[in-house]
Amino acid sequence: MYDFNHLYEPASAAEAVEMMQAHPKAKIIAGGSDLLVQLRDGINAGCDFISIYMIDELRGISIDAEKNIRIGALTSFSKITKNKIIQENVPVLGEAADTVGGPQIRNIGTIGGNICNGHTGADTAGTLFALDAMVELTGPDGKEIIPIAQFYKSTGGVDLKPAQLLTAVIIPEKCYTGYVGCYYKYAARNAMDVDIVGCSVNVRLSEDKTVIEDVRAAFGVVGPNPVRVILAENKIRGSRVYPELAGIFADAAVEEIHPRTDFRGTKEFRLHMAHEIVKRMFTEAVKKAGGDI
Amino acid sequence: MQAKLIRCTINGVYTEKYVDVRASLTDMLRDEYELTSVKKGCEVGECGACNVIIDGECYNSCIYLAAWADGKHIKTLEGLMGPNGELSDIQQAFIDAAAIQCGFCTPGFIMSAAEILESGKRYTRDELRKLMSGHICRCTGYENILNAVEKTMNRRLEKKNESDK
Amino acid sequence: MNVGQSCNRVDAFEKATGRAKYEADLVDRSALVAKICHSTIAHGKVKSFDLSEAEKIDGVVKIITCFDVPKNYFPTSGHPYSLDPNHQDIADRLLLEEHVRYYGDDIAVVIARDELTAKKAVRAIKVEYEEYPFVLDPLEAIKEGAPQVQENFPGNILAHTSTSGGDYEEAIKEPGLLCVDKWYETPIVQHAHIENHGCYAYMEKDRIVVVSSTQIPHIVQRIVGQALNCPWGKIRIIKPYVGGGFGGKQDALYEPLCAYLTTQVGGRKVHIEMTREETFWSNRVRHAFKYHLVTWFRKDGTFVARKMEAYSRQGGYASHGHTIAVKGAGAFNQIYKSDAFKTEAYTVYTNTTAAGAMRGYGMPQFTFATECHTDDIAAVLHMDPVEIRRKNMMEVGFKDNFSGNVNYFPSHEQCMKKAMDYIHWDEKRKLYANQTGPVRRGIGMAIFWYNTGGYPFVLELSSCRMILNQDGTIQVQVAETEIGQGADTAFSQMAADAVGLPMESVHVVTVQDTDITPFGFGAYASRQTYMAGKAIWKTGRMFREKLLDYASFLLKQPAETMDIIDGIVVNSDSHEELMTMQELAVTAFYNPDRAEQITAESTNQCKSNAYSFGCCFAEVEVDIPLCKVKILDMVNVHDCGRLINPALARAQVHGGMSMAIGFGLSEQLIYDPKTGRPVNGNLLDYKISTTMDHPHLEAQFVENPEPTHPFGTKALGEPPTCPGAAALRNAIYNATGVAFDEAPVNAHTMFKKFSETGLFEEVEHNV
Repeated sequence: MYDFNHLYEPASAAEAVEMMQAHPKAKIIAGGSDLLVQLRDGINAGCDFISIYMIDELRGISIDAEKNIRIGALTSFSKITKNKIIQENVPVLGEAADTVGGPQIRNIGTIGGNICNGHTGADTAGTLFALDAMVELTGPDGKEIIPIAQFYKSTGGVDLKPAQLLTAVIIPEKCYTGYVGCYYKYAARNAMDVDIVGCSVNVRLSEDKTVIEDVRAAFGVVGPNPVRVILAENKIRGSRVYPELAGIFADAAVEEIHPRTDFRGTKEFRLHMAHEIVKRMFTEAVKKAGGDI
Repeated sequence: MQAKLIRCTINGVYTEKYVDVRASLTDMLRDEYELTSVKKGCEVGECGACNVIIDGECYNSCIYLAAWADGKHIKTLEGLMGPNGELSDIQQAFIDAAAIQCGFCTPGFIMSAAEILESGKRYTRDELRKLMSGHICRCTGYENILNAVEKTMNRRLEKKNESDK
Repeated sequence: MNVGQSCNRVDAFEKATGRAKYEADLVDRSALVAKICHSTIAHGKVKSFDLSEAEKIDGVVKIITCFDVPKNYFPTSGHPYSLDPNHQDIADRLLLEEHVRYYGDDIAVVIARDELTAKKAVRAIKVEYEEYPFVLDPLEAIKEGAPQVQENFPGNILAHTSTSGGDYEEAIKEPGLLCVDKWYETPIVQHAHIENHGCYAYMEKDRIVVVSSTQIPHIVQRIVGQALNCPWGKIRIIKPYVGGGFGGKQDALYEPLCAYLTTQVGGRKVHIEMTREETFWSNRVRHAFKYHLVTWFRKDGTFVARKMEAYSRQGGYASHGHTIAVKGAGAFNQIYKSDAFKTEAYTVYTNTTAAGAMRGYGMPQFTFATECHTDDIAAVLHMDPVEIRRKNMMEVGFKDNFSGNVNYFPSHEQCMKKAMDYIHWDEKRKLYANQTGPVRRGIGMAIFWYNTGGYPFVLELSSCRMILNQDGTIQVQVAETEIGQGADTAFSQMAADAVGLPMESVHVVTVQDTDITPFGFGAYASRQTYMAGKAIWKTGRMFREKLLDYASFLLKQPAETMDIIDGIVVNSDSHEELMTMQELAVTAFYNPDRAEQITAESTNQCKSNAYSFGCCFAEVEVDIPLCKVKILDMVNVHDCGRLINPALARAQVHGGMSMAIGFGLSEQLIYDPKTGRPVNGNLLDYKISTTMDHPHLEAQFVENPEPTHPFGTKALGEPPTCPGAAALRNAIYNATGVAFDEAPVNAHTMFKKFSETGLFEEVEHNV
């Protein structure tokens, strides 16, 4: 038995928004793999829940004529990994989703929940940062679509306005076409674990594979939110591909991150691992893209 | 107390019951339907002992609200047995491979194995390790559990090959 | 013959179908639910409670606090009782505690209509404490002025023992000796049986029945009697299927409290069920150790003098206490020989979770220290680790005068040889000699020995009852418990052979009920197959004689001329079939002249012990910049005498290896140094290896029959847990050249050491 009070079950996103307006203190529950766990611990005990889990219109992955990809907020991690559109266009997102917890968690956990939980180490969130993805928010005033980075508060956590619901994640065509991405989850175990530090890198090479046309890298658990390393990206954007470049990029990247010490890892440990994994992911991405590094 | 009418199919039998909305699916299956193969090992989705199949996919029923079971097809270990008490191949394989010790994680593991085997695909040992990684077992070191799943997979694929010929 | 066959487990069908009923599956919905209010400080005194909010909650039946319970101190350790007061377990525990000794101590309890109500009420209890300074580390706890954990143990020393042999000071004067002098450390780990402990209690007339997830029903019966200060016979303990124990349930956990609670609500049923988090921080844990080891040795690798200091972290309550430290100290001069040795063992109270029994009972800790140390010595001499062990390990013919154990066979040599062949030791030691890259491979090993049962530390006995059924099958009852190991299957096989029956004619009663089950001690000390095996043999032979006596009456032939083979009475010479057991049984029950139920029952007191031997060899790959270890291969080879059931023996070894992997590489219960709070007491943050962290586990055996046992068997339950952590550490040492002295060797310890030793720079440079 869970220690909550009332369960509201809207049948649509629109109804969910109405219910959120009517019950502003109620918590939104998607798959519950974070919220229910916290509730066992007494966090939010006695609260009301608005469950959106049964709203099927928020599930599914589609691609439009411009090749923009839309992922419904309630799409589970396993559905993302197994999806053809994802596999063919942004395999890195499927790979990142496939590192969450274990198989059963990947069946219940949703991409929207992963983001809205606001955890800095959310495996898909970091990857969406590195993809320059957009989020679609639905509220009383209708829909808005904003870059994922803008969705986060500087102090940590996501910036949902009253009665606003994350309804979809959108990956614009220009953000993934031509890019190759790699994700590394650094954790104590190979399954059923959370990131001590995570890193996602996307690279686009020139046609002849000798120049870094674009690079985007994001880390998890090195600050209150997932974070992009813009200065490091700027530093090597346009550079030719050569063996030392990965190290140079990694050196610059760790200048921009500010991990903290907790029982899962010290600041120094996180800095060291962040350096190592961004170097490896960058190298791997360049190699996968056909570059000689 | 807020109750909700949960209409679902459990182990092939349609059923409906008013259930406390605060119940987890584990609570519902154990307390309302006496399906005690669904075990409580951590109640936060970290051990896999409460794993059941919902509409063909595995879920930790401890972190699944009973309210969400409305309209679903649910399968627990009790549902793997044939109508006359015949064991399914994967249950027999767990017995034959000495994959069971204390038995507390066993129902969860067998249900994951059942989902994997249902796919009809061939997996490598490493792929099986990943597919079974949502469970903690403290007795077996997973060795014989993986053997049981691998053997059953091979047997089913052999059978399929023969019938395809 | 059934012994030696890999038959399927007798309980496998029940477990594969989900029909096996564990404690929580049996309790009915009439039961009240009790939830414990745990302290939120590590050390102090409860000054007062404000229960007003909690009592207002609808559905709360009763709240009992530490001020309400009788001041009746009791022990909790699952040892047999001793008539010698000096040898009895320390009684330092109350049902609920006013003096809080660790974060999570039990200070009050709510009995309520249901779990949610009880939980809500626990959250609504307000506690006022007087906080004391706390101490987490045993070396800090023995310093002058350290916080006092238990009033009756000044300086926090629960016990201190010394042993010695030869003249250490004289021996180290030998010219040209080398010395390795180092500290080694092992962590607090937890059993994490997948079934959390739970129990429920109710009254029948004036007696209290407790159904519990326990390894030791008869011992718990005595402890509950002690705790409630009532005649022990008034307590009835029932043990159903148990979902793992590993020593965690070799203690009275919440049975005494639960039994007390039912008496406080008019005998109504009360259920206490642990959460996973409670299991971690308020059940029992493994003793963490700090070892100081000194070895003086010659250039040829022979040991001359050895010294050990051991500091065992007890936690807030005595539980199994000093016996764990003593076990390692006793092993010190046996595993390796030397001219002289000294040991000092301290068990120290600290403000951490009470440490109790855990699979291996001190030997995984001891083996980690000594086997790391032995490799450290080998490294000084550039000697092969196997070679240095061959020079120094226990010799064939060695006898331990205390236990009477004799090393009858070259078991260690045989085990090592098998493991070396399996893992290609010589070849790989050469192959891995001069690596320079960021990813390196290594191979390592460790040996150990282990006792079989508790004799002569504690009394050893087992009782067995055999009862003939009307169809010629038999019921077998012993007090030794099935908790997952496969004990009931081994008992069935031995019982079948002792009487002369096929396996299917033997029904071992898996539920122990102290009202019914003959007396015995339960699952611990890797004792059950050995101890119950002796009782089964003794009783089985008596039973067989009675059957033959009855056959003699029926067939008018002397009993000596007959035998029972595979459930049929035969002529012993010609094997001519004379009568089936079924015929014999139905006749015996309904014979108008001589009707009887044939039964046999006996107790076997055991005054012997037996060395169980083995080794672990492991191969690893270390990604140095990522501080990650991948186990490539791992093999344990055991000599546990004759195997009763090879398939189940292998399964037992796999599980032990798995625990050793966790102990060596990832598991550790961490306490916040600022608050004393355990920070990772859940299955997400306490890192038990998953399917993806394990290699193939190879289990092999050498079968030298144990002379002291009718079936030639000896300990296997705990031994597989002993050598793995050291073997992995030694393999990492071989791969990286860095010797870790602290378990677990996880990414964080590697990061620290690789930073200190400059290995990161070296690797970077080589790239």
